[in-house]
Amino acid sequence: MTRPGKASSAVPAADLAPLAARVLPWVLLAVLAAFPLLAPVLGLEYWLGFVRRLLIVMIAATSLNFILGYGGMAALGHAGFIGVGAYTVVALVDAGVGSAWLAWGAALAASALAAAAIGALSLRTRGVYFLMITLAFAQMLYYLAVSLSAYGGDDGYGLYTPLALGAGIDTGDEAVFFWVVLAIAALVFALFSRIAASRFGHALMGIRDNETRMSALGYPVFRLKLAAFAGAGALAGLAGALLASHNAFVSPSLMHWTESATLLVMVVLGGLGRRWGAPLGVAVWLVLAEVLKLHTEYWHWPLGLLLITVVFLAPRGLAALFARAGRAA
Amino acid sequence: MDSIFVIEQLLNGLGYGLMLFLLAAGLSLVFGIMDTMNLAHGSLYMAGAYIAARAHEAGAGFATAVLAAVAATVVIAFLLEQAIVRRLYARDHLAQVIATFGVILIADDVVKAIWGPSPVMAAMPAALAGPVQLLPELPYPAYRLLLIGVGLLVALGLYLLVSHTRIGMLVRAGASNRGMAELMGVRVGRVFSFVFVLGAALAALAGALMGPISAVQIGMGEAILIPALVVIVIGGIGSVRGAFVAALLVGMVDTAGRAFLPPALRAVLPPALAAELGAALAGIAMYLLMAAVLILKPAGLFPARG
Repeated sequence: MTRPGKASSAVPAADLAPLAARVLPWVLLAVLAAFPLLAPVLGLEYWLGFVRRLLIVMIAATSLNFILGYGGMAALGHAGFIGVGAYTVVALVDAGVGSAWLAWGAALAASALAAAAIGALSLRTRGVYFLMITLAFAQMLYYLAVSLSAYGGDDGYGLYTPLALGAGIDTGDEAVFFWVVLAIAALVFALFSRIAASRFGHALMGIRDNETRMSALGYPVFRLKLAAFAGAGALAGLAGALLASHNAFVSPSLMHWTESATLLVMVVLGGLGRRWGAPLGVAVWLVLAEVLKLHTEYWHWPLGLLLITVVFLAPRGLAALFARAGRAA
Repeated sequence: MDSIFVIEQLLNGLGYGLMLFLLAAGLSLVFGIMDTMNLAHGSLYMAGAYIAARAHEAGAGFATAVLAAVAATVVIAFLLEQAIVRRLYARDHLAQVIATFGVILIADDVVKAIWGPSPVMAAMPAALAGPVQLLPELPYPAYRLLLIGVGLLVALGLYLLVSHTRIGMLVRAGASNRGMAELMGVRVGRVFSFVFVLGAALAALAGALMGPISAVQIGMGEAILIPALVVIVIGGIGSVRGAFVAALLVGMVDTAGRAFLPPALRAVLPPALAAELGAALAGIAMYLLMAAVLILKPAGLFPARG
């Protein structure tokens, strides 16, 4: 296994690469922060909401990349935790709660709990069986949401009043909510980058590569995996809570198994176990889908073709292609 | 709840279970022998349903339409295996999931382009549209009896093929230990092509037969894929016997959950709560079954390996 960190320190010619890697995220953050101001000038208002959704999906995809790419846990039920987060917000709003801190915090906590419980049962299995059992639990959550007639059942639940953050921040304003989402997404990504490079992250990668050896070395393998799974579930739940506010609507379709599959597809497309894999995969997939949808009603097959092409020609994802191009230059 | 209603629902469960078995048998063998996860199996089921419905509508007899659907799907599956699936054998499960998910996306658009986006009404053969008097007070739709009959026949045929023929022996050898079978001179690649096409034929048969009693529409493959995967995981991947037992279990649990749970809950709970809880439990019954089986037996009921 060659990790990008190792490779760049071994190649002296790539002195510029670390600098670019350090500067680029800040440039990206600045461009994104300026986007709500630039969009009306450039006539891109339509894309403001789209980029906000992209940032939210990126949070969920990054959390999946953490357990799948770094932890080797192929979960096909991640959309279930998105749903737990979204429905926690619905339940609180329905009970009269108006504070975003409370609603989003509760969504984090509820999905962390759900992920810890599901993880504790599912992590006894491996490989395809793990894939299937996480899918099974997500399906249970899906049918639970369908049957909750108090929250609209199949028809979903509309959230008409924006949640309040306090301090004069009006989340009902398109641009302000964009900045809130951007701040949260940036925080989550920074946190993910730190954890991936921490002792915990390295132990997780060790478990992915050789579980037996790690447990022989004395690492509490099951507990580490469970902690990663619960943490990832919590972040997916946060994404779900944000998605609820973004759409002003929540329905069980958030948790349909194809949503979990799409999340998985985006992460693999971008590059498993790579820092920028999830954001890259989400951006490429969602932008392509959006552009295709504008031009044709047959927008599925080009994406299908892209997946097959990536599997055969770029098996380690798009981020790996960029890394290779950067090293060759 | 009288006994007539119970027998009727059990027959429905049996029919659904047998159709699930047709789908799951191919999926399980493909998985067991070549360790390949084929999500596009549901698309082959959809192809069978569409071709049969359209052929029947165009004036072909029902049996002819079903056979034509199976034949056409076999050709599609052969091309799919040669072009894509064959190259996935050596890859990991994730790559297989991603590539075959890509195939699903393409298949859905192809079906939309050929037959349009709206669901197709698949007609029952006129001769089987009425009920048959099974018991003095139990009329049962003749078409559903046909499903049960065909399902049992195919299950028997598959059992004989896998357990009592030379090709079946090669299939089992490949499923239980691929490397050893290859060393003993079995051309596992060729066996696999055969199994893949056989699985496709069974999926198309299930699709063609399910058409008249379910909705023939885009996405029907994805909807049935999940129960079929549940079946092979419960049964133990690679085991035809396991797939049969698990398919009947899942068919029964699913049908019984929908039929018996709501009235049973109504007897002990307030009606509104009973309706909600009943619907939720009926939907998740098969997943609860799978979770329980996996937690107790992490490799399914009848593990094909080791």
